[in-house]
Amino acid sequence: MIAGESKLAAEVLGARAPQVGEVPSASGRETFVINLGPQHPATHGVLRVKLEMDGEYVVRAEPVCGYIHRMHEKMGENRTYAQFLPNTSRIDYLSAMTYTHAFVGAVERGLKLQVPPRAEYIRVITSELNRISSHLVWWGAFLLDLGGFTPLLYAFDDRELILDLLEGICGARLTYCYYRIGGLYNDVDDTFIEGTRAFIAHFRPRLKMYRQLVTENVIFRKRLLGIGPISAEMCRRYGATGPVIRGSGVAYDVRRLEPYSVYPQFDFEIPTFSESDSMARYLVRMEEMAQSLRIIEQALDKLPAGPVMAEKVPRVLKLPAGDYCYAVEAARGRFMVRLVSDNKEIPYRVKLRTPCLSNLSLYEEASRGMLLPDALALMGSLDLVIPDIDR
Amino acid sequence: MGTENQPNPPATGQTPNAPVAGLPASQKAEAAPAVPAPVALPNPLAHLPHPFQGVDYLLKGYHVEATVEPDQVVAAAGHLSEEGFALDTITGVDWLAQGQMEVVYDYFHPTRNLRAVVRTRIPRDNPLITTISTVFPGANWHERETHDFFGIQFQGHPNLTPFLLPEDATYHPLRKDFTT
Repeated sequence: MIAGESKLAAEVLGARAPQVGEVPSASGRETFVINLGPQHPATHGVLRVKLEMDGEYVVRAEPVCGYIHRMHEKMGENRTYAQFLPNTSRIDYLSAMTYTHAFVGAVERGLKLQVPPRAEYIRVITSELNRISSHLVWWGAFLLDLGGFTPLLYAFDDRELILDLLEGICGARLTYCYYRIGGLYNDVDDTFIEGTRAFIAHFRPRLKMYRQLVTENVIFRKRLLGIGPISAEMCRRYGATGPVIRGSGVAYDVRRLEPYSVYPQFDFEIPTFSESDSMARYLVRMEEMAQSLRIIEQALDKLPAGPVMAEKVPRVLKLPAGDYCYAVEAARGRFMVRLVSDNKEIPYRVKLRTPCLSNLSLYEEASRGMLLPDALALMGSLDLVIPDIDR
Repeated sequence: MGTENQPNPPATGQTPNAPVAGLPASQKAEAAPAVPAPVALPNPLAHLPHPFQGVDYLLKGYHVEATVEPDQVVAAAGHLSEEGFALDTITGVDWLAQGQMEVVYDYFHPTRNLRAVVRTRIPRDNPLITTISTVFPGANWHERETHDFFGIQFQGHPNLTPFLLPEDATYHPLRKDFTT
């Protein structure tokens, strides 16, 4: 059966195609259960989905989470704020910079620390580079899900340039731990700045090529157009954020709506597409990469001189009693850290609000009545990172 | 694309010396601080029948908060849903010394710079509270996770089974008296 042509295929086979939102088993037809995962390539990690199927149609898809649960929140309660920093790179390992940003931001908020402007600019540059590298992994893997192998090689080729840049400044290629409470681990050098400018010059034409190579490909478009609609209202009820809600026409972006760091100083657009289908979510991410390049370019132009670490960071970090939140726009949506302190060196409570959990929680409702290959296209368009859900 | 971008709304409550609800009056223990009469922070949710209070966003990371009775969380969720809020997350805090379990509901607004927090406290030895998954279906997983970690029973929840913990888990690791 050809994905994306539910009605046509159903007509050929003489069956009635269930509408999205309709439960086919209500017709009294027999259903069966199959397991997708936890070791299935389409689930990008150890996610298991219990699928109740009526032929090729999904009656009910129940994600089963927890296979890579590591209890980061408990770890937060038995080590100091600074000792928890490396954990923040290991929640969503594809956008480690933004996650560390939220954690140091929450601690800095509690300590009322003023971070030097140069450090904030470099945080923005590295976070946006990280966003591009994260979107590139998604792009390659998503196309792989849909049956196209080549784009993955292009994506990893470009991503390699970003990883080299970030490795040059902090020594790590994935779990950076580059931001420190009060600033940065170290300053960037000229090699990084020149290399980043060279990357921008290199990547703009590549994005154009990706558009011609993939986005305008008719087979690819047929797999996504009109597939997996997620309305703005569904996003709101489930708390979905990031490219998922922006693909439903809502310009919700923490960088713009709940501004943090030095983002208000840059001129960039929040791409939105109101079609609400998998294609809209795809286009949001492709356009976001171009916007990230704009932000990086402006930040490099305006990069102030000065220190990259606040002057008076206490050796022993004790946050005044109370709770402190800090939200950032990670590659997959809203990531928030909620710290509860009882004025000790060790946090009383560390809550990590991750975007993938909320984004996946709508999957059961959104995938109802879809063809299995379309449901997998929908899952790919959510851009899941499983350790981000399981923590 | 990008047509719905809004200009940044002015951050609320930037009065630097304003006392903040829930914090000690001054961290620096200034002698006779020249603190004027408490400046009422903006409270965009004053019209709701819940004790919402304005909070200094720059200090706390949210704009309004309310501490409600446990039987009011569903009503609060309903009112916030009518205001267009989305559920951010649900979590617990175990206050072992006080014998209480705090349940914290975080909300964000998809089109406004407005974050709201609703809290309630329930007895630690009998942590029962009504589910809000009837209002926000997204609460389903957050409540299952909170049940995993704290043992809080969400009454009326459609499927309160272990979410992140193993399916036969009987322990609640974020309780302060949990030891391995």
